[in-house]
Amino acid sequence: MSLAASTISALRQRLASKEITPRDIVTDVAKAIEAQNATIGAYLSWDVEKALAEADKADLSQPLGGIPIGIKDNINVTGEPCTCGSKMLAENYKAPYDAGAITKLRGAGAVPFGRLNMDEFAMGSSTENSALGVTRNPRDLDRIPGGSSGGSAAAVAGNLAIATLGSDTGGSIRQPAAFCGCVGIKPTYGRVSRYGLVAFASSLDQIGPITKTVEDAAILLNHLCGKDLRDSTSLDVNVPDFTSGLGRDIKGLRVGLPKEYFISGIHAGVSARVNDAIKKLESLGAIPVEISLPHTDVGVSTYYIIAPAEASANLARFDGVRYGHRSSDAKDLMEHYMMSREEGFGPEVKRRILLGTYVLSSGYYDAYYIKAQRARTLIRQDFEKAFENVDVIVSPTSPAPAHKFGELKEDPLAAYLEDIFTIPVNLAGLPGISIPCGTAEEGGKQLPVGLQIIGRPLDEVTLLRVADAFEKA
Amino acid sequence: MPSPQIDIHHVAKLARLALTEEEAAHYQQQLTRILGHIDQLSSYTLDAEPSAHAMPIFDVIRPDQDRPGFEQNEALSNAPRRAMDQFQIPKVIE
Repeated sequence: MSLAASTISALRQRLASKEITPRDIVTDVAKAIEAQNATIGAYLSWDVEKALAEADKADLSQPLGGIPIGIKDNINVTGEPCTCGSKMLAENYKAPYDAGAITKLRGAGAVPFGRLNMDEFAMGSSTENSALGVTRNPRDLDRIPGGSSGGSAAAVAGNLAIATLGSDTGGSIRQPAAFCGCVGIKPTYGRVSRYGLVAFASSLDQIGPITKTVEDAAILLNHLCGKDLRDSTSLDVNVPDFTSGLGRDIKGLRVGLPKEYFISGIHAGVSARVNDAIKKLESLGAIPVEISLPHTDVGVSTYYIIAPAEASANLARFDGVRYGHRSSDAKDLMEHYMMSREEGFGPEVKRRILLGTYVLSSGYYDAYYIKAQRARTLIRQDFEKAFENVDVIVSPTSPAPAHKFGELKEDPLAAYLEDIFTIPVNLAGLPGISIPCGTAEEGGKQLPVGLQIIGRPLDEVTLLRVADAFEKA
Repeated sequence: MPSPQIDIHHVAKLARLALTEEEAAHYQQQLTRILGHIDQLSSYTLDAEPSAHAMPIFDVIRPDQDRPGFEQNEALSNAPRRAMDQFQIPKVIE
């Protein structure tokens, strides 16, 4: 097996026994990228020389010493591009600093390597909204990889990376992980510093790993979390060893099944695999418990008020003055703003900026934004009540497997409604993981299905314990 | 709430986006449809305090101490146009 197809845990052992070097790993990953990226399109750019130089200096005594990690192209790494999949930042932006999560990774010895494609400014669920290239699902090249972290998931699934970082605002780690058949975890809001993650919706965004195994997700998470003074929303709480629950049984754990999530309209194959997964968890000793999350049906509406509202404010910084695209035709300052933004942003970003501006505009703020914030409280309270009686909650990650290219492109509302199971987790700030649970047939192809497991705030250990038990059974 | 009538030209100006006429018509239609769905919220009694974020932390302060920041050149390094070690913008005063 090629090194690029391997896992963090396996490579660490081989590095420790001096069987391989970090240079071997970077070289092998680079070889895989060069051979396959033209087909899969996971990476937008990669700098082999820089990664090799860092690999040669890697401290092998560190827990991630010499392991290359692919980075979603909205997380700043000093001296590298950070395009956010947008023309706005594609021309000449080079990151002048490391994001908080990158500082943590480097502290553990990892080597950031390669910039991964994404929906523009993380807005989308297919990576079709990238202005800079197409990413294909390695499991079926005619289909989308999911999104917005589509490059991050496709790189892991296609063995073009050992592991990657993504970001998740409404499902953007979990859904592409599900579509590509890998593991993706969105930590509790505040676990990982957002400093240096280009902001989409600040109250929802969270960085997390996409990996081949649950163990790798736990290992990587161990070196991403912790308080960062540069992000006032990062939590000053104890960071446990996220691997501590791995290998333990799940006898007696109570698994919540939200009755509102198991509804008609879910793809039959997805439904069947998730029901199989529940039976498997039961056979491992877990106790299924029906629960209710009564405000599920307002989740998507709530999200598509709050996220665009925050995005419209966050993306106001792209004014063509300090960084990013600048129109060459503007005659005055107002024209400079309006044309730089018109030329730099793509259709989905404009759509969400307009929506967000509208819901925050005079006369509509109370009707939309405040109302959505009230709904958000109720959604969080639904989970709080449910978690009085269960340890984790399971659901499909997405109601359908990966679509073909273009299927939802002209119908943004239909695309938004597919985020129904992942969005409430962001609104409530909870940790959620997607793990592979088999395949469903669609158009004559067997496509990966993701099982989502949702945990109590800060209880990633239990989440990973259940995911690991399921994966190994 | 009545069916939303979005004045796309007004909103685009607030958002500082110089939409083409074609884009304006397209977004007007799409956003009306999305807002039509979002309006379902108005049929609910949402009896709860609004929350701006999920975690109950407020008023975070840090020690009032110097921290390293960008040198001038680093801060200007991504400027699309610069002049005299400053960001350059179109003339605002005649």
